[in-house]
Amino acid sequence: MHLKGKRLKKLISSPMALFALSSTSALAENLVENSAQAERWQMNLKPGVTELGQEIYDIHMLVFWICCVAAVFVFGYMFYAMFAYRKSKGHEPANFHEHAVAEISWTIIPAIILLGMAWPASMTMIKVYDTTESDLDILVTGYQWKWKYEYILEHGENVAFFSNLTTPSQQIHGEEAKNNNYLLEVDNPMYLPVNKKARFLITANDVIHAWWVPALSVKKDAIPGFINEISAKPFKTGTYRGQCAELCGKDHGFMPIVVKVVEQDEFDSWLSEKQTQAAELAELMQQEMSMDELLAQGEKTYAGKCAACHGSNGEGGVGAVIKGSKVATGALSWHLDVVVNGVAGTMMQAFGAQLNAIELAAVITYQRNAFGNNMGDKVQPIDVHNFKQGGK
Amino acid sequence: MSHGPAKGLSRWFLATNHKDIGTLYLWFSFSMFLLGGSFAMIIRAELFQPGLQLIEPNFFNQMTTMHGLIMVFGAIMPAFVGLANYMIPLMIGAPDMALPRMNNFSFWLLPIAFAILASTLFMDGGAPNFGWTFYAPLSTTYAPPSVTYFIFGIHIMGLSSIMGSINIIATIMNLRAPGMTLMKMPLFVWTWLITAFLLVAVMPVLAGAVTMMLMDIHFGTSFFSAAGGGDPVLFQHIFWFFGHPEVYIIILPAFGVVSEIIPTFSRKPLFGYASMVYATAAIAFLSFIVWAHHMFTVGMPLVGELYFMWATMLIAIPTAAKVFNWITTMFKGSITFETPMLFSIAFVFLFTIGGFTGLMLAIAPADMQYHDTYFVVAHFHYTMVAGAIFSMSAAIYYWLPKWTGRMYNESMGKVHFWISFLGFNLTFFPQHFIGLAGMPRRIPDYALQFADFNMISSIGAFIYGASQLLFLYNVIATIKYGEKTTVKKTWEGANGLEWTQPSPLPYHTFTTPPEFK
Ligand SMILES: [Cu+2]
Repeated sequence: MHLKGKRLKKLISSPMALFALSSTSALAENLVENSAQAERWQMNLKPGVTELGQEIYDIHMLVFWICCVAAVFVFGYMFYAMFAYRKSKGHEPANFHEHAVAEISWTIIPAIILLGMAWPASMTMIKVYDTTESDLDILVTGYQWKWKYEYILEHGENVAFFSNLTTPSQQIHGEEAKNNNYLLEVDNPMYLPVNKKARFLITANDVIHAWWVPALSVKKDAIPGFINEISAKPFKTGTYRGQCAELCGKDHGFMPIVVKVVEQDEFDSWLSEKQTQAAELAELMQQEMSMDELLAQGEKTYAGKCAACHGSNGEGGVGAVIKGSKVATGALSWHLDVVVNGVAGTMMQAFGAQLNAIELAAVITYQRNAFGNNMGDKVQPIDVHNFKQGGK
Repeated sequence: MSHGPAKGLSRWFLATNHKDIGTLYLWFSFSMFLLGGSFAMIIRAELFQPGLQLIEPNFFNQMTTMHGLIMVFGAIMPAFVGLANYMIPLMIGAPDMALPRMNNFSFWLLPIAFAILASTLFMDGGAPNFGWTFYAPLSTTYAPPSVTYFIFGIHIMGLSSIMGSINIIATIMNLRAPGMTLMKMPLFVWTWLITAFLLVAVMPVLAGAVTMMLMDIHFGTSFFSAAGGGDPVLFQHIFWFFGHPEVYIIILPAFGVVSEIIPTFSRKPLFGYASMVYATAAIAFLSFIVWAHHMFTVGMPLVGELYFMWATMLIAIPTAAKVFNWITTMFKGSITFETPMLFSIAFVFLFTIGGFTGLMLAIAPADMQYHDTYFVVAHFHYTMVAGAIFSMSAAIYYWLPKWTGRMYNESMGKVHFWISFLGFNLTFFPQHFIGLAGMPRRIPDYALQFADFNMISSIGAFIYGASQLLFLYNVIATIKYGEKTTVKKTWEGANGLEWTQPSPLPYHTFTTPPEFK
């Protein structure tokens, strides 16, 4: 690369320079991984990693080329008319204003061409709607602003988890260099086995979202009160990234989707690990936790979920003050209610569905016993469980 | 001539003269165009680079929402209504609009509606932030408190549109000069007649949709809330039953404008007049039966998807006929390229590109990839900006000398055209690419691979935005210092009753009806 070009690029945009740099040092694995991902200067759809996706891509290209040929004809005719019959050439205008054959032919010919596109498109659409005989069912739920994936399993406990954006806010606000997968990275990706037909049952908890993974050629609205179905059978392993496609509020741009398509045995071990975790959690729920255990876990959860709004020492910020607050030093049931159900009309979210019972118990205990709130009382996971069962 | 305009502000507040009201509409729409445009500049400035630099995501959403609402309802629609007020009586040989006092009311409702809408920007919780399509429940249960003002604004604006349309229909049906049969009307009059019927048909549907929102928000109903047994998808069906005809409401008068201008500068009559009228009517009819092509991903039944795909593709046929008619009008003509003609040719060229991408979007399986991406943004800006706005620019340059009796600066007009053309394409052509590459619309920040085209797009937007200031300057300079012209026919090839009147137009025209042909 010429030095001048390099400098210019750096001047124009540091993230771009970073991108160029990182792509040269990228691991081979990364390159394979990114083959189905959007690239710099990408101008077209990619065929994706499902047979149906390749068929959709072919339809897209068919229609695209038909449009191109039509454009050549139409614009060729137009530019010819403009140049050949300009007044500066001294051309005298004709006076005709009707021609039945021409008018009928430019009605019928487009109609035939349209038929040639509509037919294959309809055949493909029928396949898109075939979600039968799936090997795996996953319930996808859109939340403001994250996704929840629940594997509906025939044997053993269902596996359910949230998938959150992990890009640090420092990168978003330009205080840190942006990484390769900026805004397209999550804490818990969805795993799929290769060559298996996965059926996604898509819904939402609050507003309408849309679950979109370009490489899987899957885009379906997630609508509260409805369950939409769509399926994909990826034939290639890799990491595929997508985003929420329907405006869903403030952080619509910050709820990405990451799908890891892996070999069956890798998928099985991932799934059994998730199931074991779920079982362990269920067991832990039964246990009595000591104050130390609760505080240790609570401190972690607080740092991850609460500190951003309430301050790392409970001093408040965007969120309310916790240090010496009425909630944290008041009735336990009130405290549980605020954390589990959130406070309507404020920024305080309902954490009941986002944190498990242990985390909830720990973080509430922590809030009641840290920052000088020496309440001395404990909340056990089973208390949270019972609270949730009993409603408010 | 009985009397001239009233003195002072009462001329405008109490205006009943169609030319005054047309002028009010045009200036109002231009000011809204600048306001909506400045929101677009904020959007493009934020999207210049990845990362959040200038504004917060919630404000970004307010900007996209207000940009869309103001451009559609405040800039484009009133601009064409203004043109209709000014030109339809002149084109059909009528002394004025049929219902001049209602005309005054229709106009003055608009500044009220948009003052209410714009004031939401300063309210607690901010302006509407749910997109100009305001899908429930984001626009109901999850909306900022200002949504109530938004609903009120839409109601007032709808009232204005309906009254304006009734006035246009009444004028065209009753006040045509003797001898002017329907099939002899200028095409601009025809397109507006059909547009007015569309407006009367769908504005009440929009009013119904926002009223149901109001009920859901304040009166405990659950039309659109699944938790209460309602249906969020119902909202989209109602919205697009309004929304799809709405896009033709915007584009049909633009078709009318270029159908006037292209024959003038080709010095040859419009080719296929009758088929143009039928094609317009066909498009208007089809616009009522294709609405759910905006909803291919909501999970309609398969037959629904297939029906809406096939019906939508049908629209290509009358649209193609129109494009061929315009080109054949130029064919074997004697063409000159003054500014109005340049804008009209660019209209045909760029609108046809928008038509092609529209056809691609109609293909349901492929739309599942395009839906809600920048590909859609590119598509509808090719029809809304290169379609409606370019034809409006053409119309202003075309009739301004007639209105003011002063000639605009042709070189400046051409410069405006070429900068607009360049800026527009630089902005929106790359958006096709980032859409296909996978960038969703309505996001304030994006992944790094979309950075290059976004930067180009933003640069184009700034150029396009700046070119509009040149336009404003040229118009004001024409009105104040333009070279005086008293020729009745500003353009050698122009036809139509408006060109039989003096330049500048007297305050009252056709007080006795002319004999037409
Ligand atoms: Cu979302």
